[in-house]
Amino acid sequence: MAEPEPDTPPMIEVNHLTKYYGGRPAIQDLSFTVPHGEIVGFLGPNGAGKSTTMRILAGFLSATEGAARVAGHDVATDSEAVRRRVGFMPENNPLHDDMRVREYLKFRARLKGLDKPTSRDRVEDVIAQFDLGDVQGRMIGELSKGFRQRVGLADALVHEPELLILDEPTIGLDPHQIRTVRQHIKELGKNHTVLISSHILPEVEVTCSRLLIFHEGTVVANDTPRGLEQSLGGHHRITVELQAPQEVLHEAWEEMAEIEHHRVLPAEGDFSRCALTPRDGEDLRPRVSALARARGWPLRELTRERHTLEDIFVHITREDDD
Amino acid sequence: MTALLTLTRRELAGHFFSLRGYVIMAGVQLLLGASLLTVVYLLNGLAYDLPFTEKFPQTEFFWLVLLMVAPVITMRTFAHEKASGTFETLMTTPVSDIQVVLAKFIGSYVFFLIAFLPTVIYPFLLEHYAHEALKVDSGAVWSLALGIGLYGAFFMALGCFASSLTRSQIVAAVLTFAVGTGLFILGYLADLRPTEVQWWHHLVQHISMLRHMQDFSTGIVDSRHVMFYLSLTAVFLFFTLKSVESRRWK
Repeated sequence: MAEPEPDTPPMIEVNHLTKYYGGRPAIQDLSFTVPHGEIVGFLGPNGAGKSTTMRILAGFLSATEGAARVAGHDVATDSEAVRRRVGFMPENNPLHDDMRVREYLKFRARLKGLDKPTSRDRVEDVIAQFDLGDVQGRMIGELSKGFRQRVGLADALVHEPELLILDEPTIGLDPHQIRTVRQHIKELGKNHTVLISSHILPEVEVTCSRLLIFHEGTVVANDTPRGLEQSLGGHHRITVELQAPQEVLHEAWEEMAEIEHHRVLPAEGDFSRCALTPRDGEDLRPRVSALARARGWPLRELTRERHTLEDIFVHITREDDD
Repeated sequence: MTALLTLTRRELAGHFFSLRGYVIMAGVQLLLGASLLTVVYLLNGLAYDLPFTEKFPQTEFFWLVLLMVAPVITMRTFAHEKASGTFETLMTTPVSDIQVVLAKFIGSYVFFLIAFLPTVIYPFLLEHYAHEALKVDSGAVWSLALGIGLYGAFFMALGCFASSLTRSQIVAAVLTFAVGTGLFILGYLADLRPTEVQWWHHLVQHISMLRHMQDFSTGIVDSRHVMFYLSLTAVFLFFTLKSVESRRWK
């Protein structure tokens, strides 16, 4: 009955997955693979299919077409085995507000099939891991959002899943709480494969080792953050602030052949702020600083912009529209 | 099995975590107490030939309780979890759909039985304090209890099904109440036109819950009535299961 499995199947294997919601495709012909031990970010605007994909992988929904495997188990035919291996925290982190923290975690551990002694130990572990000791006897409904998020993470982790799926884990948190949750996720990434989704780019940029960019139900890019940046090519803009008359600066930039485009704006003091775009991805900074020294122009800023994921995202999703 | 037990315990405990459960129990006992008072009043003042057990289910309060209690107990079961999102965390644990349905049903049903439990002492209370001539037929008491128990099973299943259809507890409650009351009123048709015999009249007589309860209250345990409630319970649990499964193919 069971197929001979390869030595280590990838953590997630998605093949031509399609899901229709009332005649409209939420995801369409989705295919990607996630190896063990990565922190993967699903990135995309709302309604791009991130949550739908996560719900299928977590065994909550079934796909209309195509197949998905988690740790070698088919999510449709072997759903229970998949659910045993997945810790899922849905969007908005729903919890039972009328239960106490420890009681809730124990309930969840038992539901996930842990026996009594194991569940007691594991609840103890996650309470320590997420620093919930002080609130373990409190009602979940009375907790602050940061604590709730930690309870959600503790629940997702209580049965020691191989794969963690966290749908928008930092939404609605304040910056301090976001840092804490982010820290937890990074920590978890050491022993688990983690899938997180977000529509906020810096969020996934700092935590993830791999990014999948979703757009209108398909994955339009699947790469490391660095790889994505490189695939976009050069065109790193230079910003420079110099103390020199604007006309002189205009002339100087015109003369420099490597500059494709420039703009000069007045800045505070007698300074001018210039934005320079190189012709072929060259780093202009040495040339500019040499020029400033040669002409005796005081220089107070010289920076090279890196492409943010924001640019990548806009770039990739625009291409489709054109 | 462990999962079913864990879930059922949580369902049942959920009724007692908030004031809601206690309000329901108090309400049930208040109305049944009013029902008892009505009967006592009748027995006291008037020449009255029906035994207590037979009169009890004929009072308005009795039926008010029965029709109201199912919606308020079951409206939360699925609708609340769907609205709050915990349905998703529940269904992504390795429990089967059927375990979830059974746990919701059993949790509601056990709470229903707990809410009705004190009623068992009514007849004995009456016997203890009333005139010597009043004798309570304990056989009739138990068969009436069986009738209420069977009725409860059907209505809890109906309520769970209604709750599984929607995210709104109000919609679930209204749906359960409407279907339950509709069925109850259909039963009245059997009494309204007893002379005219048509095909639907036979049908209506079979589904008249008022008649069923009358039979139970006189100590008659008719297997047709038992099957009526048991099969409807099974049917609505099956519908609930299909409704829970529908998230996969919808």
